[in-house]
Amino acid sequence: MNSGKKLTTSAMIASFADPGQRTASAPFGHALNRLAEERPEIVGLSADLAKYTDMHVFRDAHPDRFFQMGMAEQTLLGAAAGMAEVGLVPFASTYSVFATRRAYDFLCLDIAEPGLNVNVVGALPGLTTGYGPSHQATEDLAILRGCPNLTIVDPCDSVDIEQAVPALAAAPGPTYLRLLRGAVPTVLDEYDYRFELGKAAELRTGRDVVLISTGLMTMRALQAATRLEADHVDVAVLHVPTIKPLDTEAILRAARTDRLVVTLENHTVVGGLSESVASTLAFAGVPTRVVPIALPDEFLAAGALPTLHDRYGLSTDAIVAKVKAEFADAPHARRGPWLAEPAPATA
Amino acid sequence: MTSLTTPLTAAPHTQGPHDRIERIRGAAYRIRRNALDMGEVQGQGYIGQALGVADILALVYTDQLRYRPEDPHWPDRDRFLLSIGHYAIALYAALAEAGIIPAEELATYGSDDSRLPMSGMASYTPGMEISGGSLGHGLGVATGMALGLRHLGNPARVINLLSDGELDEGSTWEAAMACAHHGLDNVTAIVDVNALQADGPTAGVLRTEPVTDKWTAFGWHAVRVDGNDVGALVAAADEIREHRGSPSVLICDTRIGCGVPLLETREKAHFMRVDAHEWQIARDQLQEGAPR
Repeated sequence: MNSGKKLTTSAMIASFADPGQRTASAPFGHALNRLAEERPEIVGLSADLAKYTDMHVFRDAHPDRFFQMGMAEQTLLGAAAGMAEVGLVPFASTYSVFATRRAYDFLCLDIAEPGLNVNVVGALPGLTTGYGPSHQATEDLAILRGCPNLTIVDPCDSVDIEQAVPALAAAPGPTYLRLLRGAVPTVLDEYDYRFELGKAAELRTGRDVVLISTGLMTMRALQAATRLEADHVDVAVLHVPTIKPLDTEAILRAARTDRLVVTLENHTVVGGLSESVASTLAFAGVPTRVVPIALPDEFLAAGALPTLHDRYGLSTDAIVAKVKAEFADAPHARRGPWLAEPAPATA
Repeated sequence: MTSLTTPLTAAPHTQGPHDRIERIRGAAYRIRRNALDMGEVQGQGYIGQALGVADILALVYTDQLRYRPEDPHWPDRDRFLLSIGHYAIALYAALAEAGIIPAEELATYGSDDSRLPMSGMASYTPGMEISGGSLGHGLGVATGMALGLRHLGNPARVINLLSDGELDEGSTWEAAMACAHHGLDNVTAIVDVNALQADGPTAGVLRTEPVTDKWTAFGWHAVRVDGNDVGALVAAADEIREHRGSPSVLICDTRIGCGVPLLETREKAHFMRVDAHEWQIARDQLQEGAPR
């Protein structure tokens, strides 16, 4: 970055929006408010983090439907289950690290096992804070993917969040939303896109490379695709906002080509999107190599988000460099045996 | 195994205090008797706890809860949450007493494909509100149910039976704080203080006393009674029912194996072994002490 002054970690919740990027303020809170106007059974809970999970927007508009549970995540999730048991539809927000690491037994047994319509909203997913491992939920997907019944959504931007909130409430079972909060970039309105629970969406087509991405990494994937286009690399982007249940059909369709397959996620390389895609291909007998762009299997450093995203490979620069290197290195190795005589699809 | 004991039908509330206590004692006797028969099917199990908690369950199911036996999901029902899933043997007997499950079904306890698994699970058994077993969950769920019922204007009560061992779990105290903070006087916790947990006496595993002072300090209306004294239980339940403004806890000192001297005097064990020939002795001893 700048050669002079070092960047600082800044606030707990740093925005990952690029300078000048269009953003929407607190899209989750406003979406929940709109939904609450239509559905009186919607209630909100938080564990002393309403203000930091955009739940304060709902709290302020519907004080009689907001329940403060204090810094007690086990009770947050247990109580949310109890509310669902009596017919309410709760959204319970805290940081992802607390919802998953600290209160997992409550999410699993009180919410998921009975299949209750509780919507757990986790802020600071993956690497979206520079405060170090105490707040960086780098393995939340790995923890939760093994939980039966649970729907897991990793939205890209404000459009995704606004459309996901009513869809999550409409889904009868439990859900987990990786929350992006504060000034959230608005990206997907430029594409012919609608969030559909359980469905992946092809945002761009391309003949050379397919980027299979989730969460905020879809925004980076789209930026990288534009940059690579200038270098005459034709890049498709498949956005996978629902991690579970995974749209395996779309993933198989995208990977059954001679294109370079790259996955992108704001999560450790263990147990997230890359391994989901890899297992999907392996279970279907598709011998395509998958190049993962993900966080390393490490406890990450503290620091400024742009610095950390560069260091750990999530920045657009890092993605472009990685894709170029992979594309140049092994153009033939990735071709599957079903293409005995590969068509000269690439330039 | 002898035939299972059939419950009385609906209990009239027009009885005098003596009749009321005798009726609860009769139900407690049948819960104990049925639990012994179920324990014999398994050859072992949490029979000690079941005998200890029988009077409490008899009080709850024949004197306190509002429910419709034919409609376990009736929205206005009082909720009884069993945190301690392994006490299911006793709760099944109470559900039979309440007419929610047929008494004949108790013989399937713990068998493959039974609706009555060893550890209580909501998806298996009518009238089982939650899946307990992972301890320290019940009071948190009760908190949400009570908040939700109050929000919906539903006057139903939420009763959570937990064990003194569950007081080791931090989540129990999180929930205790939340109930008090939110003034949930529709919540009643019942703590079965049998002073025993998996690794031995509670006093040696992790000291929980003074239990009453702890709940009081957490903002609860706390009443402590001999949990095997039906008269004391009834008086405490009546007092708690009238209490407003804060949640109530009924702390019950119970005797493991209560009602069967053979098991009451046996070396205390969380998972009590009973030899095959002893089940009949236990039934005989229970009958000798039965209410007349």
